[in-house]
Amino acid sequence: MNPSTSTCHEVVIEIGGIPIAIETADDGFASLLQNRYADYIGTGRTPEFVFSIDLVTPEMFDPEADAEVWMQDGEWHMERGDFRARWNPEKHRGHIRQTANPYAIDSVLRIVHTLQLAHRGGFLLHASSAVRNGKAFLFSGLSEAGKTTIARLAPPDVALLTDEASYVRNAGDCYMACGTPFAGELGVPGKNISAPIGAVYLLAKAARNRIDPVEPADAVRRLLRNILFFAHDDEMVRLVFDSACAFVATVPVFQLSFFPDQRVWDLIG
Amino acid sequence: MISMTEKYLAKSAAIASRMLGDETIIMSTIDSTLFTLNPVGTVIWEAADGSTPLSRIVTEKVCVAFDVTDEQAAADAAEFVEKLAQHGILLVSDQPIRTEDKP
Repeated sequence: MNPSTSTCHEVVIEIGGIPIAIETADDGFASLLQNRYADYIGTGRTPEFVFSIDLVTPEMFDPEADAEVWMQDGEWHMERGDFRARWNPEKHRGHIRQTANPYAIDSVLRIVHTLQLAHRGGFLLHASSAVRNGKAFLFSGLSEAGKTTIARLAPPDVALLTDEASYVRNAGDCYMACGTPFAGELGVPGKNISAPIGAVYLLAKAARNRIDPVEPADAVRRLLRNILFFAHDDEMVRLVFDSACAFVATVPVFQLSFFPDQRVWDLIG
Repeated sequence: MISMTEKYLAKSAAIASRMLGDETIIMSTIDSTLFTLNPVGTVIWEAADGSTPLSRIVTEKVCVAFDVTDEQAAADAAEFVEKLAQHGILLVSDQPIRTEDKP
């Protein structure tokens, strides 16, 4: 028998200050992770969670299956048409079986972050976000609302955090928006920086630019529609609801009716 | 003696709620449905303690706080309570509801 060695790569991806290690024995997949999350590769901090990955063939899954997330016996289970994952937060370990595509690991990371953020008073929001003059501004809406359009129109003094999924972290005395590698139509990862959130703008396309305040109850209702939320679990629903209410009590929420040209940014920051 | 027509109200345990200004927003933890109560609905919701009959909530809370007749307030309250009960976020009984009985 010939002697052999096997190499396990560990890629630590740190988003929103939570380092998560991904272990894979596949050289190509390790390179894919390094490239895709280049600006988010760990800074040397000890990973909070470690996920081992087994790459499998697509025949293992039903490609049409929607994402499902549930808690069973202290473990989160996550499934979709291209992955199956288990994660035990108390043991800080998880295991992913997925096809060798970047979208599966992207989804697992989004789910893990939404579950972790819920316990820390934060959330992921369907929103583009950007930093200007030291403050972060979030532009929220469902598909076609204009998240990517606003991001494309940003002037040079604006640093984009994401055009798709904004990372909202409770920092105690304020809420911070953090850059994410989760890109939408723009296809560009956000800058790996963070800033206190100055305002949230709920987007509506219009003939002229205008900002209107949104009443707190309406703001909570509209934000909850846009918060990424995968787990149908009593405790998680309560946590996300409480987070949205606490957020609205701290951060002003406006409706931004905008005509899609650069003048909209005259109103921001 | 408890009147046969009295209704007692209690909040379901399967909800999360928060007062924001003079409105209340409620989320069902079963299906994530959201409800927003106006100031009148909020007064009834806040008084739904399982032991105060709806008629007393109407006369002592709603009619005191809002410019409305007893008859109109009672009719609106009955409709409001029925609607929330249909969604399972408010429990309604013809007898006082103990907190530990809540689902």
